[in-house]
Amino acid sequence: MSAASGLSRPPGLGAPAPEPGPAPTAAGAGLVSCHCCHLLVRPPAGGADHAACPRCGAALHSRKPDSFGRTWAYLVTAVIFYVPAMTLPIMTTVTTFGGARKDTVLSGVYYLLTTGMWPLAAIVFFASVVVPVLKIVVLVLLLLSSRHGGSWRRHDRARLYRLTEAVGRWSMVDVYVVTILVALVRLQALAFIEAEQGAVFFAAVVVLTMFAARSFDPRLIWDQKSESPS
Amino acid sequence: MHGTIIACHECDLLQRAVALPPGGVARCARCGAVLYRHGATGLDQVLALTVAGLILFVLANAFPLLTMRIEANVQQASLLSGAWLLADQGMAGLALLVVLTSAVIPLLKLTLLAYILLPLRLGLPAPGTARALRAVLALQPWAMMEVFLLGVLVAMVKLSSMAEIVVGPALYAFGFLVLVLAGITSSLDPRAVWDRLEIRR
Repeated sequence: MSAASGLSRPPGLGAPAPEPGPAPTAAGAGLVSCHCCHLLVRPPAGGADHAACPRCGAALHSRKPDSFGRTWAYLVTAVIFYVPAMTLPIMTTVTTFGGARKDTVLSGVYYLLTTGMWPLAAIVFFASVVVPVLKIVVLVLLLLSSRHGGSWRRHDRARLYRLTEAVGRWSMVDVYVVTILVALVRLQALAFIEAEQGAVFFAAVVVLTMFAARSFDPRLIWDQKSESPS
Repeated sequence: MHGTIIACHECDLLQRAVALPPGGVARCARCGAVLYRHGATGLDQVLALTVAGLILFVLANAFPLLTMRIEANVQQASLLSGAWLLADQGMAGLALLVVLTSAVIPLLKLTLLAYILLPLRLGLPAPGTARALRAVLALQPWAMMEVFLLGVLVAMVKLSSMAEIVVGPALYAFGFLVLVLAGITSSLDPRAVWDRLEIRR
């Protein structure tokens, strides 16, 4: 365990200087860092698979299992579901004085905009429309560049991954809006609101892209072809 | 020993862990990922926030979130009534997702944290502490109360032109609960718990 000396640095400082030469990694040293409690473990002779972390009991693996395949699968499904999520109505508003009105995600944003709440409209537009697309595009970019890109802009790719993981949850906001509207507007004589199929597809896109972000292993950004675990 | 050498969980770089000042953050020397933080006051603060969170959770679900008034008609809504009505409209899957992310998972997280931290405070880890903490960390991204709060805000604005909306006591409890949960996330240093657990060789 002498390979890693001298790499610590004081906390909270700016960007680190790039490391000359191949950097010592756990995989390169034949060690596995537990994905859950981050204990550094020397795996048993048979390899890390099927072994449990001696401290927290989580399954040990050097890289997230089948990261490429799983992330691609979630992403492709999310892209397919994105189409009905955006085109189908997410709710219907029935009022005695105005008839029935069907709203999609986009028309909901437009409604907020016309009622004069443009900052809120901007937040909802960003959370529901931009973030899912951005997440899918970023993850595809990360998958492709991890396969073929080598050391191209690694720090930016690592930052993009962190951003993707952090903002994804905010896309759920429209699902909650529909839930609250359904709960509140149910005066049978005057007005009521019903959820529609679009909301189901929309929620599916959010969940699928969250799974996709979690199944992607950011270590793949940094792995060199030569030092990948055998 | 392995205790002083750690691998970055994002780029796998081996590096030596350093002691941090209170409130300090250790970042990976290569990719800049946050490796660990020094919880300013340790686990006691997390335990206090957890107890506060459990009380707020009860308040947030016991009272109506919003009340709508159109002429003489009054309608109240709570978090659970919304999910119940969704299920009633044939959207059981959606209702389940809403209840899980905005109620069940946050409650489970708070309960598990209390189960982990209270016995630790008394000096002895509870049985299954490792399993419980693993669950807390795995559930972390699926507790979405702050997103739910934004949803309430958007719904209020959407209805404001059509009806009079009165904010219920649960909404305030919700607001404080979101702050408490954010406090737990930023002050919980899982290493402080892991370090108290035995390593079975």
